[in-house]
Amino acid sequence: MALLTVENMTHSFGGLTAVRNYDLSISPGQIVGLIGPNGAGKTTIFNLITGIYAPDQGRVVLNGEDITGLRPHEIASRGLGRTFQDLRLWRHMTVLEHVMLARYSRLDYGMWGAFWGTPRRWRQEAAAEKKARELIAMLGLSHLADQVVINLPYGAQRRVEMARALALEPKVLFLDEPTVGMTPEELDQIIAIIKRVHRELGLAIFIIEHRLKFVMELCQRLQCLVFGEVIARGTPEEIQNDPKVIEAYLGEEKVA
Amino acid sequence: MTHFLQNLVNALQWGSFYALIALGYSMVYGILMLFNFAHGDIFMVGAYIGFGMASLLLALVAWGGLALPSWLILVLTILVSMFLTAIVGVIVERVAYRPLRDAPRASAAITGLMVGIILETGNLALLGASRVRFPSLIQSVTFDFGGVYVTNKKIMIVAVSISLMIALHQFVKRSKWGMAMRAMAYDYVVVPLMGVPLNTIAALTFGLGSALAAAAGILFSVAYPVLDPYMGIVFGWKAFVAAILGGRGSVLGATLAGFLLGFIEIFVAMVFPSTLRDLIAYSIILVILVFRPHGFFGEPYSARLRL
Repeated sequence: MALLTVENMTHSFGGLTAVRNYDLSISPGQIVGLIGPNGAGKTTIFNLITGIYAPDQGRVVLNGEDITGLRPHEIASRGLGRTFQDLRLWRHMTVLEHVMLARYSRLDYGMWGAFWGTPRRWRQEAAAEKKARELIAMLGLSHLADQVVINLPYGAQRRVEMARALALEPKVLFLDEPTVGMTPEELDQIIAIIKRVHRELGLAIFIIEHRLKFVMELCQRLQCLVFGEVIARGTPEEIQNDPKVIEAYLGEEKVA
Repeated sequence: MTHFLQNLVNALQWGSFYALIALGYSMVYGILMLFNFAHGDIFMVGAYIGFGMASLLLALVAWGGLALPSWLILVLTILVSMFLTAIVGVIVERVAYRPLRDAPRASAAITGLMVGIILETGNLALLGASRVRFPSLIQSVTFDFGGVYVTNKKIMIVAVSISLMIALHQFVKRSKWGMAMRAMAYDYVVVPLMGVPLNTIAALTFGLGSALAAAAGILFSVAYPVLDPYMGIVFGWKAFVAAILGGRGSVLGATLAGFLLGFIEIFVAMVFPSTLRDLIAYSIILVILVFRPHGFFGEPYSARLRL
């Protein structure tokens, strides 16, 4: 049974249809890639599934539950974590605080505890911090845990975003162009990290990505989106040789 | 020297009022990018709720229903009024600001002015134009510290204010809600995507700010027991200045700037005729802002573009 399915999703902004009749099915543990030229509507699809916009039509089902039109925080705490194409970190908060805050929905203590401290609060926060530090270690950030994120190098900031998304204990992790602006060495590093996260946490991953090396190495299935419509879907090899995909990328950039 | 110390005590008291109100301004501004211009009137509402609460408790005592010492009445008045005023703040956010969250900031600011006028004139309609007198709950006792006279009221006002500021600081620094509030100040779009309900945090911010303003209102009434529906206006403006001077969303900044305002006002009045007090005091602050436009702890806006 699929972990996440999207059926027949359509959404318009004003008169412009940004996404048309979009379908998606991700099984547990699967890595699915979404490729397509700039402006095709890839990030809009992320925003629709994660609840930033409510789709005009269609249904989103996560783990058997219809989550269409739920608020972003409700969807996130049901097990959908994401990162952003343009890094969106909280500049002057530490790495640890970023990851801790994503445990918000699992920290259950009242106002009294928040102001004066209660054993219940300390217990819960200790557990959350332990979990956060495990994730920080998994992403190779332990030595930076107490640093303010604005001072970190770019590649580390990318990993902070991923650690934060993982702190939600997502069933499906959404990565929006995780390799944008990365050097080839950083690219190899992030591929290794995503493989490790995938193996150790056993989660499903949905990735928006351009770089062929990346999608070929990681994804089991690919979809190619052009002007809000999926023009091809299949294995990376099938997509790579699909004439429609090649045509869509001509004049834009090569698939490679 | 004793003259200086005497003024220092007064400055601490006035600084407490400004700082408590400035905190509410600063938190809302930091988190929602919104000037809540009704906040000075929330201070007034808090003082009136405190007046109602204290009168009610005193009436109950006089009727013989319950025997409470008057210091306990004051404590109860402060706590209950902080709670009720927090509810007023939450309602203001829900009714007046939440529908405008994505509207231009100017619309939201104007809404604040209108809410302020509604609170002032609503009070006028409810209680009439005559001023009310806050009941005297603690007997004034003056201590003489080598020529510096300090009343028990002043000590109480400063001590309660500083305790509240420390509690707020702990809350914002360490609790999950405080962390969410700080995160919202940096980038609020991603906060709900990490499982944090935005509306809860916004309501909480208004509630906390309003509770602090209510505390300021009652403490002010203890020192200067005459209340009128427009008492919040000048206080609101001055505390707003302190919030800006402290830096966007900075709890520490708003606190320090509130006290600084108190100090500047009192010490200007020590040297110059008191009619010139605000003219000179706020000219000084204007000069400070020219050199530090983002306030003491605010960060330059260009930083938003870098990350």
